[in-house]
Amino acid sequence: MRQSVVPVLTVVCGIFLVWYVAAIWLNAPWAYDKATRTGDVLTTQTLIADTWSQEKPKLPAPHQVGAEIWETTVEKKITSKRSLIYHSWVTLSATLLGFGLGTGLGIALAVGIVYNRTMDMSVMPWVIASQTIPILAIAPMIIVVLNAVGISGLLPKAMISMYLSFFPVVVGMVKGLRSPDAMQLDQMRTWNASPSQMFWRLRLPSSMPYLFTSLKIAMAASLVGAIVGELPTGAVAGLGARLLAGSYYGQTIQIWSALIMAAVLAAALVALIGLAQRVTLKRMGMA
Amino acid sequence: MIWLVFAFGIWALGWWVNTRLAALPRTRATGLAIPVIFGLTLIAIWEGVVRGLEISPVLLPAPSMIAARFAASTGILWEDFVQTVIKGALSGYVLGCGAAFLIAILVDRFDFLRRGLLPVGNFVAALPVIGMAPILVMWFGFDWQSKAAVVVVMVFFPMLVNTVQGLSDSSAMQRDLMRTYAAGYWATLLKLRLPAAMPFIFNGLKIASTLALIGAIVAEFFGSPIRGMGFRISTSVGQLALDLVWAEIVVAAVVGSAFYGLVALIERTVTFWHPSQRNQ
Repeated sequence: MRQSVVPVLTVVCGIFLVWYVAAIWLNAPWAYDKATRTGDVLTTQTLIADTWSQEKPKLPAPHQVGAEIWETTVEKKITSKRSLIYHSWVTLSATLLGFGLGTGLGIALAVGIVYNRTMDMSVMPWVIASQTIPILAIAPMIIVVLNAVGISGLLPKAMISMYLSFFPVVVGMVKGLRSPDAMQLDQMRTWNASPSQMFWRLRLPSSMPYLFTSLKIAMAASLVGAIVGELPTGAVAGLGARLLAGSYYGQTIQIWSALIMAAVLAAALVALIGLAQRVTLKRMGMA
Repeated sequence: MIWLVFAFGIWALGWWVNTRLAALPRTRATGLAIPVIFGLTLIAIWEGVVRGLEISPVLLPAPSMIAARFAASTGILWEDFVQTVIKGALSGYVLGCGAAFLIAILVDRFDFLRRGLLPVGNFVAALPVIGMAPILVMWFGFDWQSKAAVVVVMVFFPMLVNTVQGLSDSSAMQRDLMRTYAAGYWATLLKLRLPAAMPFIFNGLKIASTLALIGAIVAEFFGSPIRGMGFRISTSVGQLALDLVWAEIVVAAVVGSAFYGLVALIERTVTFWHPSQRNQ
């Protein structure tokens, strides 16, 4: 762990360096354009200063994005429509609801697939096929149709998150519930264990490592679903709406700050599951 | 009412047939027939329920209606297919996977880079990269170039992480053997490490194949010329022409499955030696 700190920091610094240089390169044409109109002559220094502080740059410099995030999270009231915390909360609630529904559906399907041969052979291929369909593409339709039926707000977005997150859970849980080997199953049988005991005492506990790995993937997918689900709602609230509004009005700094916020959110949620994984597996004596 | 009874009857019949088939020994025929029957049953139930409950076609069109619309507008569908799949998704897929592959070989050469880039790559692969779409549309314009750029960004990191992982998959014993043969870096790379990495590389290619289509379609929501699957879906939803939307979805589903299947097929011929490909 420790030996990778220096390389990771180097790579991160490298990314920031490339980012700053790219900001100069991408924003320079606009700076030159402005200078010729006002009749100024740009030295290298003023050029760099200008490219790093434009109002609507092609690529905002990291410190501009940082300042925007600071302004919209710490200095704005949480209830304000311009607060990123408010928008993050809107997205987060849809993500968590969809994640919960998806995990529930996934586990239920997995149990059915493991215990019912007909279900295994008829449902499993379709579960896999369902994911080759670019579901995000029909997100707008799902939102509009559910709106027409009278379901609006959180649930339509959560449905899209659910669709994206149930798949990793099904695949992982089927693998996990089948992971006890023949010897362990025989051992349970010699103890005259009932099917429900077999499930609760052997299959479910031994599926836990698989479950947590799938949950991490499901959480990341669920966040993507919630963000894309917000695009067609007409830019009302949420990180996806911030992205869309930013792209309509050319507010690049706003887009980038929403993007960074989404990244932080994803990292935090996945880290949270990682923590739960470590605690649970430790208490079960598996890690 | 008749239609609802019909739907229920089909469901019972399909389930009964599948239960009987599943009880037979597992062969190639039953493995293929059962999911097909299940899918056909679902479509029949959909048709029955939509007709029985008289659901408005604005909410959920019946499969027969979608099929009719599909047959009537093949011209539009083909134009959208070329714009989104061939120009956007495919060119981005080739560029992104190719670049990731080359950089993975470079990263693998220097241990420092590998230890630094792998955690960062893993982190980025879990991020909602699709959010880059509006920025890239702004940079590269509305036409297919920006869609290809979104696809490149989406497929790059999953592919990079998988390839780097695959390149370190050969064991110390195998590498020592190559050294006793006096094989240099390039010979070891070409004859041992790249073949050993193939299962990982194909895993990356498969993940990227589904991501590519999603990226190309979603990028069109942020601005596109007046053709393309994403454009058609978002405008047809606005016009409440849901049968056309569903026809586009059918195209997307077929293309997505075919793309994935093609990669899987190539994988089977290239990595025939791998344990996961045996007994099939």
